[in-house]
Amino acid sequence: MEMPKPDSLVMSKKAALVARLLDVLPRDAVIEDEAETRAYECDALTAYRCPPLCAVLPATTQEVSEVLKICHAMDVPVVPRGSGTSLAGGALPTADCVILGVAKMNDVLEVSYEDRLIRVQTGRTNLSVTGAVEADGFFYAPDPSSQLACAIAGNIAMNSGGAHCLKYGVTTNNLLGVTLVQMDGTIVEIGGGHMDASGLDLLGVICGSEGQLGVVTEATLRILPKPEGARPVLIGFDDNEVAGACVADIIKAGILPVAIEFMDRLCIETTEKFAKAGYPDCHALLIVEVEGSDAEIDAQLAQIMQIAATHDPVEMRQAQNATESAAIWLGRKSAFGAIGQISDYMCLDGTIPVSELPFVLRRIGELSKEYGLAVGNVFHAGDGNMHPLILFDANKPGDLELCEAFGAEILKLCVDVGGCLTGEHGVGIEKRDLMGHQFAPVDMEAQMRVKDVFDPKWLLNPAKVFPLETSAARRA
Amino acid sequence: MLTPTTEQDVAEMVRGANGSLTVRGGGTRSLETGAGEVISAAGMSGVTLYEPGALTIVAQAGTPVSEIEAVLAAENQRLPFEPPRMGPLLGRSGESTIGGVVAANASGPRRVQVGACRDSLIGVRFVDGHGDIIKNGGRVMKNVTGYDLVKLMCGAQGALGVLTEVSFKVVPGVAVETTLSLEVEDAAGAVAAMSAALGSPFEVSGAAWSEGRVLLRLEGFADSVAYRVEELQAILAPFGAVSVSEGAASSDIWKAVRDVASFVDQPGDIWRISVRPSHAPGVVAALQPQQVMLDWGGGLIWARVPEGQDVRTALAGVSGHATRVKGAAGPLRPVDAPGVAALTAGLRAQFDPRGLFSGALVTELS
Ligand SMILES: Cc1cc2nc3c(=O)[nH]c(=O)nc-3n(C[C@H](O)[C@H](O)[C@H](O)COP(=O)(O)OP(=O)(O)OC[C@H]3O[C@@H](n4cnc5c(N)ncnc54)[C@H](O)[C@@H]3O)c2cc1C
Repeated sequence: MEMPKPDSLVMSKKAALVARLLDVLPRDAVIEDEAETRAYECDALTAYRCPPLCAVLPATTQEVSEVLKICHAMDVPVVPRGSGTSLAGGALPTADCVILGVAKMNDVLEVSYEDRLIRVQTGRTNLSVTGAVEADGFFYAPDPSSQLACAIAGNIAMNSGGAHCLKYGVTTNNLLGVTLVQMDGTIVEIGGGHMDASGLDLLGVICGSEGQLGVVTEATLRILPKPEGARPVLIGFDDNEVAGACVADIIKAGILPVAIEFMDRLCIETTEKFAKAGYPDCHALLIVEVEGSDAEIDAQLAQIMQIAATHDPVEMRQAQNATESAAIWLGRKSAFGAIGQISDYMCLDGTIPVSELPFVLRRIGELSKEYGLAVGNVFHAGDGNMHPLILFDANKPGDLELCEAFGAEILKLCVDVGGCLTGEHGVGIEKRDLMGHQFAPVDMEAQMRVKDVFDPKWLLNPAKVFPLETSAARRA
Repeated sequence: MLTPTTEQDVAEMVRGANGSLTVRGGGTRSLETGAGEVISAAGMSGVTLYEPGALTIVAQAGTPVSEIEAVLAAENQRLPFEPPRMGPLLGRSGESTIGGVVAANASGPRRVQVGACRDSLIGVRFVDGHGDIIKNGGRVMKNVTGYDLVKLMCGAQGALGVLTEVSFKVVPGVAVETTLSLEVEDAAGAVAAMSAALGSPFEVSGAAWSEGRVLLRLEGFADSVAYRVEELQAILAPFGAVSVSEGAASSDIWKAVRDVASFVDQPGDIWRISVRPSHAPGVVAALQPQQVMLDWGGGLIWARVPEGQDVRTALAGVSGHATRVKGAAGPLRPVDAPGVAALTAGLRAQFDPRGLFSGALVTELS
């Protein structure tokens, strides 16, 4: 992956820059020492690292604005950062940039149960948003697997999803308003507690813009009353394609589960070794979860099992209580970790139309043989968002490149069957150079025009999302 | 009137235009000036792809909403956001088109449960003011590839270009529906009752206050609805005596709420006000309207006031906005706050540098 050459003029201004930053921030909020800037050299895409020029940790929206004004005046690129869990390299620094971290800003500003909303500073972690309201029977719905660590800031920038978005939607569907600081320091309030925009839906385009349009410092989020209960059924199959067909039949029957998760043989076997969830020995399994009262859950699960029975399942296991539910989820939740125990891996994130599932799984199997790299599949089957995990050896010269080439092939396949490069992780640097496979030049031009409006100098996270040659003229 | 039948036609017409253009779908809901030449989307019609098993549908922008609803109903599916029909309220005839629904982000009572039109819209194709054909999003439910111009186009009222094709995620149809209703005299009581219901785990799919009655809808499989009706009745007991409407009686109630039917053919000006539910009682008290209806649990106020009364003064200190959808002096749009207005102007200049669509989204009409 190529990154633009750091601007030596900017690098030479480091001392002056730090001095000006110290005018507006306390000493401990400016990190310039090389040993310490290393803490910000990468996000969860750890194959790529580069310490920034310096990092700042402002505590208020006003401080963010002051920092941005300085960087804007001095033409210094800025990379916003939440918790650094991006899998796409979204928060990867360049050597000539300032990392602007919002980790210090994690207060709850307001809770209104009457309006079913919470207003927070965006450095707050996803799970602790739910934590602030769950004693009163409410929760924040988007639940990325990284929810213990990831911040609302990153969730908004990536428009993150989770296991339960089949029913509740992703971040953008649960976001009511933001405080945005533009690169020139302008503070704008967009949306709020009311439900629709007065004119253009700016909130809609800010969510998912990967830190390229502004720094989001506060957010108004929709909260929901917790369901009475939730329980899954685990269904094992002898064949990936049959599992795929079962998903389509469940959906067509008019049932809308909160989650339909899929795991293939490699993932089942590997997680069994590490998590010992007691999964059946089979080729594919589905975890289908529904919500409601006990009786409602039983009725829906019975209906789902009736449909599954027509697809020759190897085993069906209905959770009767919280302990059994946890046992069913245990393997799924440990899947990434378990694979990580046996190998380095790259996690892809393409989405396909659900109907293409059997074909795409078969094709990934063929490609796996061609490239000589193993692949495990674990994903959100209800919405077609796949997570193929390609296993490789980071210490073996050339293996990372081989893995990336294989990954690119899978993502192009997703696009070719009518899907897209990324369903929830974002483009970052990881899929940046594949954008041309999904979008025509005019399509990307239209997107870049949006950035031209919010950040005319192209200083915010500039080397991401768009292929470098496509954005070259604007970044110059 | 320009009547393109393909996206290429639209692109050529936009490139060749040398004056203002106004985009029209069915002409049933637009509040725009109608400046310059009309470019009609009606000639681009038809469902282009429908996959029930994947819960997705793709249609050309000029497709009548009723056609889409019929195609979906045949597979027991539906658009989640129940698009309202504004024709009768605004005194327009004609067929509402799906492109018009998207351009207006038109969303019915189920907004409180499943979100607005913009939340179900997963892809668009459009021709911008440069005459370029642009696609964004696609036909899969989860997609964060590049910027979300889908949302930007939804509700843009034709200010950024001409929609040619739209894709939605859809949901299974409803087995049964039931409405609980209770008499509640004032807006404060109504919002309190609606908030209690919406704050419960019983999946209320409509919460309105119309003609002095709070209306709450439950939908789903029969046993589940029966159970939730009982639970919700207990929650509502402190607010008054609850009566129950089922089946067609229930769906008629919500069609009327959706289309603001009780305001049709009434004298005076009609305003649509978007606020936080908890702010609605204060706004209603300040306004003293001749007639009022709350939808979205109080988040949407429909108010009928004497001709010429400017309701925006009642919004002082409240986050939200008001639009006069019908009035003696014509429609009146909200004025954006300065920061938002600057970004909006910037985006319009980028997508429509020649100002072809400058008649759209104008704030002060006369
Ligand atoms: C084990 C694991 C599991 C994961 N599971 C999921 C999952 O289930 N679903 C899912 O969607 N993702 C998942 N992710 C990916 C990741 O957690 C999400 O993308 C998350 O939203 C990133 O949040 P963050 O705070 O860590 O952001 P960061 O990594 O710090 O930044 C992400 C992006 O946001 C931008 N950004 C950060 N802060 C701001 C701000 N204040 N203003 C503007 N832009 C900003 C950055 O510039 C960057 O482009 C997973 C990651 C890991 C490591």
